[in-house]
Amino acid sequence: MLDESLIGRSFPPHSADVEAGRLRLFAKAIGETRPEYCDEAGARSAGHRSLLAPPTFATCLYMDVPDPFAWLLDLSIDLARVLHGAQEIRHFAPVYAGDRLTFSPRIADVVHKKRGTLTLLVKETEVTNQEGVHVAAVRTTLVVRAAQANDATPAAAD
Amino acid sequence: MPSMSLVYDAVNVGDALPPLTLPPLTRTTLALYAGASGDHNPMHIDIDFARAAGMPDVFAHGMLSMAWLGRLLTEWAPQRDLREWSVRFSAITHVGERIVCTGRVTEKLERDGEPLIRVAVATANEAGAVKLTGEALIAAVRR
Repeated sequence: MLDESLIGRSFPPHSADVEAGRLRLFAKAIGETRPEYCDEAGARSAGHRSLLAPPTFATCLYMDVPDPFAWLLDLSIDLARVLHGAQEIRHFAPVYAGDRLTFSPRIADVVHKKRGTLTLLVKETEVTNQEGVHVAAVRTTLVVRAAQANDATPAAAD
Repeated sequence: MPSMSLVYDAVNVGDALPPLTLPPLTRTTLALYAGASGDHNPMHIDIDFARAAGMPDVFAHGMLSMAWLGRLLTEWAPQRDLREWSVRFSAITHVGERIVCTGRVTEKLERDGEPLIRVAVATANEAGAVKLTGEALIAAVRR
């Protein structure tokens, strides 16, 4: 259930490869055309060892598991009642094509708002690469509307 | 992206970053972003699912807007200097909206001996309705 007893719960780490083709598709999707992000030769001539991952990319790769929303279902949370409220990323080292990242998520906080009609679920994920370098720390705040909440109320993400 | 780090003394509180204006948001972009990001939440790509959940239409992934803000920041300073940043998703970005990303220097500070520039960032539609707000800390160098 979605309550304070979840605070501190950790999830099994999982790993994902940073693939060059995936980075090029990501660049296309966000309208990024600079060579560091799209062209290996251009990235190297700009001093990078391979294609550079844009600053939000590693955060996205943690959804690279067969069912990225299963952990919500395990907590009996309906995906249709979840909004992304906030996101914080701290960067410690660059991420490049060819890297393999490992994600270690845990529940950092559970906060009830608006007389319990909204719950903030805060997940923190540490990201390391194949050499054990800590590349990023990600803090994700999800806003969960209670099932009994008035559905006519806009789901304000605060 | 710029290869040189920001020079601390050359940046002033109140300075505006060059804005980044996106083309009108298309469903194609949402489909591409879903595939590229790995966020396959049907709320953003399947209008039947969105309607069943009480929404009039699909809408943009929050992290797509954050990625646009990443472009804004890395066109102003090298990505290696982006220390940390955060955003709050305050309103939905709809299909068809033309989003403008903006940033402004709000503080110059030093942390653990490193000069830093704090920037407030936002995205808004063409009518000025704010969708995301956030801030970033970017490392600078002294000359």
